Amino acid sequence: MAQELTAQGGREVTRGETGSSRTAMTFMPAVDIFEQGEVTVIMADMPGVAPDDMDVTLERQVLTLRGHVRPHAPEGYRRIAAEYREGDYERAFTLSDEVDQDKIKADFKHGVLRLELPRAAEAKPKKIPVKAA
Amino acid sequence: MLQSTLAPFRALDPFADMRRMQSDMNELFNGYGLAQRPQVYPAVNFWAGQDSIVLTAELPGLSEDDIELTVKDTTAVLRGSYPERASGEDVAWRRRERPSGSFSRTVELPFRVDPDRVDARFRNGVLTVEMQRPEEDKPKRIKIKAS
Repeated sequence: MAQELTAQGGREVTRGETGSSRTAMTFMPAVDIFEQGEVTVIMADMPGVAPDDMDVTLERQVLTLRGHVRPHAPEGYRRIAAEYREGDYERAFTLSDEVDQDKIKADFKHGVLRLELPRAAEAKPKKIPVKAA
Repeated sequence: MLQSTLAPFRALDPFADMRRMQSDMNELFNGYGLAQRPQVYPAVNFWAGQDSIVLTAELPGLSEDDIELTVKDTTAVLRGSYPERASGEDVAWRRRERPSGSFSRTVELPFRVDPDRVDARFRNGVLTVEMQRPEEDKPKRIKIKAS
């Protein structure tokens, strides 16, 4: 129901921003995708993104998830070790016709975006009666 | 891959190369993404101040109650477990990239910290822990007297 648009992978850098500072990076968020009954669920990890900085757009069939991270640096401290880097998140999926685009639900909590994509009514399997000759 | 076709006896098995290529491909796809993940989990960032230290870790999907932090002398231990994944007969998985299960990480700190003065906050999937050096351990400025 949801097809990946770009290359897959966990925490990959998708593109570097121009005029970059240390944090101007864009990562591909790790996702879980599963179907449960009539709904396809996409969960994307975007730690550090505030709910207001989360942006989900649907244009034609393309669902784009974007999360903006405000770099987090405690004041009066200097960095002594960094095992991970901060950056924005972006990942796009192409939806099939089966998804009811008007009923997509999005919820953002604890740095995880949860999208519920219900199946469109017309895409539900229809039983076609077979007449006896 | 191609050089090995010259090895003795290799010619006897016309499918050897194909099999090897297949296993190479499998490895490539299986390891893709996973190879980037650090051996220790979770990854942490450190900041140092005058008499304090800040540790941050990205733990998306967890809440305050899922994380256990213990601090003793110069070690901080971070434990937690991710909520169970959706399961059941009606669940069909398409992709699993997010971390799961439980983790435990011990971090050695550059100095002793006061366990009573640890401030841990969890916000938008990022844990921030601020730890203070005990008063008695702080470097003291010695006044130099003129003779």
